[in-house]
Amino acid sequence: MSDLPLWGSIAFAILVIGGATLTLLGCIGMLRFPSFYARIHAPTLGTSFGMVGIVLASALYFTLIQGRPVLHEILLVVFIIVTTPVTLMLLSRAALHRDRSEGDETVPLPNLHPKDPPPTPGE
Amino acid sequence: MRRIFPHPVLMFGLALLWLILQQQISAGQIVLGLLIGFGASFITARLELDGLIVRRPWVLLTLIVVVIIDIARSNAAVAWLAMSPRGPQSAGFMHVPLTTRNRTILAFLAMIITATPGTVWVEFDEETGDLLVHVLDLIDVDEWVDIITNRYERRLIEIFE
Repeated sequence: MSDLPLWGSIAFAILVIGGATLTLLGCIGMLRFPSFYARIHAPTLGTSFGMVGIVLASALYFTLIQGRPVLHEILLVVFIIVTTPVTLMLLSRAALHRDRSEGDETVPLPNLHPKDPPPTPGE
Repeated sequence: MRRIFPHPVLMFGLALLWLILQQQISAGQIVLGLLIGFGASFITARLELDGLIVRRPWVLLTLIVVVIIDIARSNAAVAWLAMSPRGPQSAGFMHVPLTTRNRTILAFLAMIITATPGTVWVEFDEETGDLLVHVLDLIDVDEWVDIITNRYERRLIEIFE
């Protein structure tokens, strides 16, 4: 850390602490929110700006320490943004399927198309 | 050309990705990256993806800026909800009627909606174009529908169609 300029240390600290705080708040939200569908929103704090803060801090730190641009962390942003929808859709659709088949009336019913057979309750 | 290079954007994208991962630019690495991109784009051609052609780059830039601002705002909103003693009071589902069936546009829309804390893409009905979204702070349904269709979907259609 000794050969890091002061402005670099400050920017690095703000980014790391900001990103980590957002991720922590996401985890707290996941513990505290009342329903499954509300809880699923909380970790997206960690996969959006929480992740971006930590990634930028890493890129900044190693760029300053090694004296050359270190940018491959940016790929993490791309990969996380591209892959998160897959997991979230899978989880939320699984929960929705479970709630529908249990006859939970707080969740929206599936769209019925004329050619579909009527749903059988308790399936 | 299409036969030999089914996805030129993907090929050069993967080559660039390879160079960034290797953290060095040399003739050998460029050739290797292009070879990997060439092979991978050949394999993905079998998936019959809709092509990715950016027709209006400036709209893409506007959209990126708009999305970053929205993500920042909703980060603050969800972080606030996680800290507040009452928690989310108005979480709920909503239906959004989409006009597009283009899989590229839908994929980008899914990324935007998921990357924004507070909204989760749940289910899309390809037949009716009905998208089911769960929103953590569902106070004004019309406002959310307006954001998704007019702010995101309309711009994505402008960019890719």
